[in-house]
Amino acid sequence: MRHWIGCFVKGIRIFGEARGGWMVVAMASPRLLLLVVAVALFLSSPCHAIYEDQVGVRDWHQQYIGRVKHAVFQTQGAGRKRVVVATEENALASLNLRTGEIYWRHVFGATDSIDALEVSMGKYVITLSKGHIVRAWHLPDGALLWETRIHANLGFNLGLVKMPVDIDDDKINDLLVFSGSFLTAISGADGTLLWQVDAAASKNIFIEKVVLPTEESKAYGVGFYGINGLALVEIDLKTGDLSELKTAETAGILSTDHLHVTKDFAVALHSDAENLVVALINPSSESLTLVETPVRSLLTNPGTTLKLLSTKLEGAISLSSDDQTVILAVDSSSGKLSLVERLTGAVTVSDSLSVLDEKHATAMIEFSVEGNAQNVFNLRVHGTDFSDEIQKETVKLPSHRGLVQKVFLNAYVRTDRSHGFRALVVGEDDSLSLLQQGEVVWTREDGLASIVEATTAELPLERDGVSVAEVEHDLAEWLKGHIMKLKATLFLATPDELAAVQKARLNLADKTKPTRDHNGFRKLLLVLTKSGKISALHTGDGHVVWSLLVPSLRASYGGPAFVPRKLLQWQVPHQHALDENPVVLIIAQADPGYDVKSALSWVDAHKGTELQSVKLSFPVMRVVSIPLTDSSEQRLHLLIDNLRRGHLFPATEESLALFLKYKENAYFYEVDDADQKMHGYGMKDLVDPNLVDIKEGYVFETEKLWSIVFPSETEAITAVVTRRPDEVSHTQTKVLPNRDVLFKYLNKNLVFVATVTPKNKDVVGTANPEDSTLVAYLIDTVSGRILHRISHPNMQGPVHAVVSENWVVYHYFNLRQRRYEMSVLEIYDQSRLPDKGVVQLMLGQHNSSVPISSYSPINLEVKGQSYYFTFTLKSMAVTSTAKGITAKQLLLGTVTDQVLALDKRLFDPRRTPTPTPAELEEGLLPLTDSIPINPQSYLTHSYQVEGLRGMLTIPARLESTSLVFAYGLDLFYTHTAPSKIYDSLTEDFSYALLLITIIALLVAIVVTYVLSERRELAEKWK
Amino acid sequence: MERGSGRGARKWAVELHDANNTSSSRDAPPDPIGFSRSTVDPEETTSGKQKKENEANWKKQKAWEVAQAPAKNLMMMGFMMWMAGSTVHLFSIGITFSALWQPVSALQSIGKVFEPFQDAKTSTLLPKLLFVALNFAAMGLGLWKLNTLGLLPTHASDWLSNLAPAQSVEFSGGGLPLLL
Repeated sequence: MRHWIGCFVKGIRIFGEARGGWMVVAMASPRLLLLVVAVALFLSSPCHAIYEDQVGVRDWHQQYIGRVKHAVFQTQGAGRKRVVVATEENALASLNLRTGEIYWRHVFGATDSIDALEVSMGKYVITLSKGHIVRAWHLPDGALLWETRIHANLGFNLGLVKMPVDIDDDKINDLLVFSGSFLTAISGADGTLLWQVDAAASKNIFIEKVVLPTEESKAYGVGFYGINGLALVEIDLKTGDLSELKTAETAGILSTDHLHVTKDFAVALHSDAENLVVALINPSSESLTLVETPVRSLLTNPGTTLKLLSTKLEGAISLSSDDQTVILAVDSSSGKLSLVERLTGAVTVSDSLSVLDEKHATAMIEFSVEGNAQNVFNLRVHGTDFSDEIQKETVKLPSHRGLVQKVFLNAYVRTDRSHGFRALVVGEDDSLSLLQQGEVVWTREDGLASIVEATTAELPLERDGVSVAEVEHDLAEWLKGHIMKLKATLFLATPDELAAVQKARLNLADKTKPTRDHNGFRKLLLVLTKSGKISALHTGDGHVVWSLLVPSLRASYGGPAFVPRKLLQWQVPHQHALDENPVVLIIAQADPGYDVKSALSWVDAHKGTELQSVKLSFPVMRVVSIPLTDSSEQRLHLLIDNLRRGHLFPATEESLALFLKYKENAYFYEVDDADQKMHGYGMKDLVDPNLVDIKEGYVFETEKLWSIVFPSETEAITAVVTRRPDEVSHTQTKVLPNRDVLFKYLNKNLVFVATVTPKNKDVVGTANPEDSTLVAYLIDTVSGRILHRISHPNMQGPVHAVVSENWVVYHYFNLRQRRYEMSVLEIYDQSRLPDKGVVQLMLGQHNSSVPISSYSPINLEVKGQSYYFTFTLKSMAVTSTAKGITAKQLLLGTVTDQVLALDKRLFDPRRTPTPTPAELEEGLLPLTDSIPINPQSYLTHSYQVEGLRGMLTIPARLESTSLVFAYGLDLFYTHTAPSKIYDSLTEDFSYALLLITIIALLVAIVVTYVLSERRELAEKWK
Repeated sequence: MERGSGRGARKWAVELHDANNTSSSRDAPPDPIGFSRSTVDPEETTSGKQKKENEANWKKQKAWEVAQAPAKNLMMMGFMMWMAGSTVHLFSIGITFSALWQPVSALQSIGKVFEPFQDAKTSTLLPKLLFVALNFAAMGLGLWKLNTLGLLPTHASDWLSNLAPAQSVEFSGGGLPLLL
């Protein structure tokens, strides 16, 4: 019996791994079956690459831009109305103002942050990056027009000003960039440097801001003068000459956080937050006039955290303190301050927007009353002196958007010539919404651009009573669809029919059903974003099923803000799948300086509600998910704090009893990449539960068992990779073509550590090949035993690696050859080789299924091989399937933000230049010095997953298929079948053709039967 | 009352009334009067004996022939197997399994095959033994082929290839700190 199963699996492997053409030899076997098989083979396409019309059937791609920090509206003129935005994720995008769709988008490098954004002449977008790179983009199509690098001081106040003058007479207004002490004028046409002055060197001021007065060719630079003074300098825009330096000093030290500058005055705050200083910019006066106003004379209770806000208001300044926002009007002639508004709670004020006739408008968004499912905001637009209210609207936003963080105001002219306003708001979840006339016109879920961690959850089972949209068509419609498909296959369909077929394929109704399916393709992707929001995406089409801005992780007045760090599977119901929902655990870390160090939050993965949350008084340094579940299938977790004590969750008697039994076998290890050390710890005694707060879990003492000290002058840890804890392997043996058996070393506690020479460890191109060495270690994390160590001279990082089953594949740079390389290590356990005969094995007498201990003696054989590889990588992952029978694919996130799927067969240390026929039959490839890359191996086909950061693979219930979710700025999801789809018919299988074939055969049988009967009768009568 | 009861004493006999009204004879018309099925021509008995001997010989010969038939098949099978090659694919598996099945089915129908040649005088034991031996040889050939295809579980690997991974006794987790 076993051997037949063996045969079957072997058959699967042969079918799966034989990648060449299938040789089907016709022979005497039931004809119909053969025909069906032949038809099936004919119709099933190789799934490795997809056809053009299959795009979007299984995969989806979503584009995001991240949290918006600058926005410029472009609504004048006849062109399409758009808004140009720059984001925290260093993306620059032009959005359709009516729908929020992306017209074009550019994502800059990780360090290339956008400091300023302007639209010039209505058709050029100018960006300033890192204070010294100025780029111009063509607004309609996003093409880069020019790029200029200027000399600048980094880390200073940066700005970009459109100049009203044209210095080089090319009919295009030129630009002025100020960054720290440097003032630079750039040609608006081609980015040529026109002039540059160093204000610090010539006049000893650091210009914070440049303002343009109404008169031509002159500007004023305002900045700090020493620690307690302000300075004003006149700039000749034509030549860059600085003249008429005016300075004034105050008694106290000024806070250099922010200097608020308008064209009439500048306002600074003393560093003790007691006085506000107003400097009047009056070109005609001889000196700079300073007016000091004590804050207490304006505000009765100024609070403890008073600071100037960077909101650009005309004739006013805004300050925030504790939970209030204050707006003070500034009299531009006398410098007198007067209180305009004092608002408590969450308030967001927009920059002033100049509308017609020297008038200005400012939007204020206040959080009003908390509704049940929606947050209500009041949007008020004020006129020039803040006394009048031009427009007041009430806007409702879903509660998972949180509070409004930023607002950008834009005006439009209504048909009755009055001004209407629209506001672009950034929510607490980093989403972007356009509000107009009290309505949310569109919303972009841009928080999904900054995913911290992703995991998956099963959808609910289909139950009676659960209303599920009617999706099954009646038979006639089904048949009609298939007949159309058949016509399409046979090239008989009209273009209309082809379009209908394609539409039906893309919108398979059962693809997006909110219940579990038989093949396990429909799942929830749970993503935790930087803003502390957890969203569930449906794998069918990527729509958001639910979102939750986790309440306990939101910053509250007087409490810390939390940074989400980890998303863990807490409860995965199998036995109770009908009445229990899966639960995930979020671990977040608090901002420093508070008693609360971290927070835990449990979220129901079906309903999207927070079930429970705990604030912890210790920082969670590491999490150990113990392979034990309690009676309600909650997984036991051990949270390790900074004193290396273990806190057991769930904090129940039952889990404690379970863990006390298991305690002897629980360990944890830490990798200290600052000191280049590794330590292993074992569990010790339970701390008396009466002495600790039981809400923070049962506490266990630990003891250090082992340490590994890497030589810090030659080795710096650069990569630490383990196996996925939930990885399933089918067998512990590997059978060679000569029928020898190798035992895979399947140790769950294996860690791969790579170290490189510390000097210039991650920078390609600066290190000397002779001094650089990469060392790869395989370490058992229970015993601290170094199982294998291999040194690669002349190699350097960055190292990307993936560990699965008994192998490791890692990627690094070869300095000598100046190429990337990938290496594979396969680990086999020689000590488990059976010493018994076949007969004894037949009777089941072997010791190979005895649990293995990390402390038992081992005799490992590690085989390795290296290959050249073309690409720089960003991340690496490996496919995972339900039973672990299917071959694996490596998923490589390339520097071009694509996902490349390569068979593990390419990384097999048994490859030789001249394989034997038996090895060839097994599917072993001849050895080549580099890994060949087939363009069809890109899972992302024509898409790019901008800013690719991570990949998640999820096993489907079909053994052949693994689901892949890649995330970065964009999200991409697809299916991959490393050994082709051997356990189901492909999506384009023609049932109609099969049906017609069967019917035709039946008809033929009947007809021939009748004919032969007749003939026989006729023979008899002869 | 039996028809042939007094066969040794009388030369001929006519039974005027047919007392044999068993179901078998009811359908068939009665034999003509004076006709006896069991009557043997006295002239023919000597040559009949010889003929019987001939027939026995012939049967024996035929039985031996039938017994040897699998040998020819064996050659044929061997040729087919050689043609099929030693790699596992549809054709070689089919050939091998038919090579295994044919002897089994032949052995199952051994009684039927030798029935026509079996009577009191001819013993078919020896031909049967030969037949069995040859079929076993054919089956052996099939098994040998099965073995060369690697489908016989004669190696340790065949019994271990699906061995589930062993459990680990210890468990460890952790790694780099969560704090960044």
